[in-house]
Amino acid sequence: MQVRNAGCFTRIFSCLLFLLVLVPVVSCSDPEARNTLTIKGSTTVLPVVQIGAEVFMDRNPWAVISVQGGGSGVGIASLIDRTTRIATSSREIKAEEIERAKAAGVHPYEIVVAMDGIAVTVNPSNPVDNLTTEQIRDIYTGKVSNWQELGGRDREIVVISRDTSSGTFEAFEKLALEGRKVRPDALVTASNQVVNTTVAQTPGAIGYLGYGYISGRVKAVGVDGVRPSGETIRTGSYPLSRPLYLYTDGKPAGEVKRYIDFLTREEGQRLVQEQGFIPLRQGGRYSGQWHGPSLQAAGDHARLSKCLDGKCNGHLRRGRPLIEKRPRRVS
Amino acid sequence: MRHFRETIYKRVFTILAFASLLFLTGIVLTLFVEAYPFLVSHDISRTLFGLYWYPTYDPPEFGMLPLITASFVVTLGAMVVCIPIGVGTALFLHELASASQRAVLKPLIEILAGIPSIIFGFFGMIIVAPFIQGLLDIPVGLNAFTASLVLGIMATPTVASLTEDAVSFVPRSFREASLALGATRWQTLIRVVMPAAGSGISTAIILGIGRAVGETMVVLMVAGGAAVIPGSVFDPVRPMTATIAAEMGETVMGSPHYNALFAIGLTLFFITLAINIVAEIISRRFRLKLGLGR
Repeated sequence: MQVRNAGCFTRIFSCLLFLLVLVPVVSCSDPEARNTLTIKGSTTVLPVVQIGAEVFMDRNPWAVISVQGGGSGVGIASLIDRTTRIATSSREIKAEEIERAKAAGVHPYEIVVAMDGIAVTVNPSNPVDNLTTEQIRDIYTGKVSNWQELGGRDREIVVISRDTSSGTFEAFEKLALEGRKVRPDALVTASNQVVNTTVAQTPGAIGYLGYGYISGRVKAVGVDGVRPSGETIRTGSYPLSRPLYLYTDGKPAGEVKRYIDFLTREEGQRLVQEQGFIPLRQGGRYSGQWHGPSLQAAGDHARLSKCLDGKCNGHLRRGRPLIEKRPRRVS
Repeated sequence: MRHFRETIYKRVFTILAFASLLFLTGIVLTLFVEAYPFLVSHDISRTLFGLYWYPTYDPPEFGMLPLITASFVVTLGAMVVCIPIGVGTALFLHELASASQRAVLKPLIEILAGIPSIIFGFFGMIIVAPFIQGLLDIPVGLNAFTASLVLGIMATPTVASLTEDAVSFVPRSFREASLALGATRWQTLIRVVMPAAGSGISTAIILGIGRAVGETMVVLMVAGGAAVIPGSVFDPVRPMTATIAAEMGETVMGSPHYNALFAIGLTLFFITLAINIVAEIISRRFRLKLGLGR
């Protein structure tokens, strides 16, 4: 009898002990209580969120941020299947992705974190200093195939493009080619760095890449008479400029909001600049027509319906890329 | 107790052996499942023989012929490079090399086999491509020729060491009989040793082909990536593996483009499967001809 009692007591005690151990474990695995923040997506935006995460974690020892690349499509797909809290993208979310998100119960919320300009680069030995958007389009569609036709030397143009699913390609296609097809025999490279290397090695080459990736071994040409620079990209007078996005599920809150606030305010924007991208404002003043809080208050429902109507493409206008997404305009 | 342990060992090793079967089934199933939506919604012959690969345009075009051609051209080129070097190396090592030469050469070849493909890719992009471009005065060094050259160098150790194995399996008596009949060393090598090792040598070559067809990093970095049927070997090309590697990361999951990439993967799988079957058939036929079969 006594023995049985003792056994019972031990059992109850061990149960209690087990619960004591279990409770903190369970609360730790609760995603809301845990401070781990995952960010995934575009390799173009990667350096910005990476350095942002490092500095943010230095300031806030409780924060654990994990940053991954993979590409804009991967990031948004991860947001939809909830394996990341923030998706980064160098292109705007597509209508089909919004639909998939909606089906999965995810409401993508868009934040612009920096501006990026696409630089058109040639080999330093090339005397051509400026091209018009039309000339760039002719080169990339195959209408022009010798530098002589553009005021250069008699040399075949080696056209270098990016893989058709990269965000840089999509932005270039939209901004410079206006949807026309790149000549099929263009060289396709998998990264900005390879574009740099190939252009630097090939006398007749022309390539395009993110402004932050221009190396000293290539020459960036002016487009329509405007040289790519921080100022011209921010104001949008440089024709090939685009915003870089973060996407969250619903309006950011908690850790996500704190991180995004950090990244879009002064200190974060300084990091953006250090990474070769163009901050959203200069001297404490927002550029263009965009004013308001650091989070862009684009109503996701309004934007959703706009995109489902097929109208969300082609909103990237020269000069004021951000206005069109202000809720007042949309509704 | 001892019997019990034996049983456990047997079970564990059976499970391990069947694990690879499980992985294979899983991979094949995934390929089929992911490629299926594409295969049912697109005309297969128009896909296989289509000339334009514009997966992200509207309407998209999924012509795989340039990609398949590129894989074939690059692989063929690689074979032109690696068969003479690989087989020659093996024959030299086995027939002519002194013990000290062999002691140096064999480990070196094994080191070459162990170099990761991305290093070959870098080497090709930074050193070989500009060199070829300058040497031949062509517009761009990243082309089918350069890719073949680098791939060929990369596949050489595979071919060399497998050929060497095959040659060393030729019975001593064959060689001795030939020499005793008054044949020279050259005649013995070409007329007796090579045919006797034929099955092994062809397996070596076919495994080399397999390595070149499936290689991704080198062709992604060195082949140039233009999705057109090349007019010459000095045109940039874009093999199937490079297409998958370059586009998978940024495509929308579940989109036709995503499924099309799996369809390329499936095509590649069937090509390598065919290569393996051919290798098996050839090696069997040779074995029977020489009376070495069981």
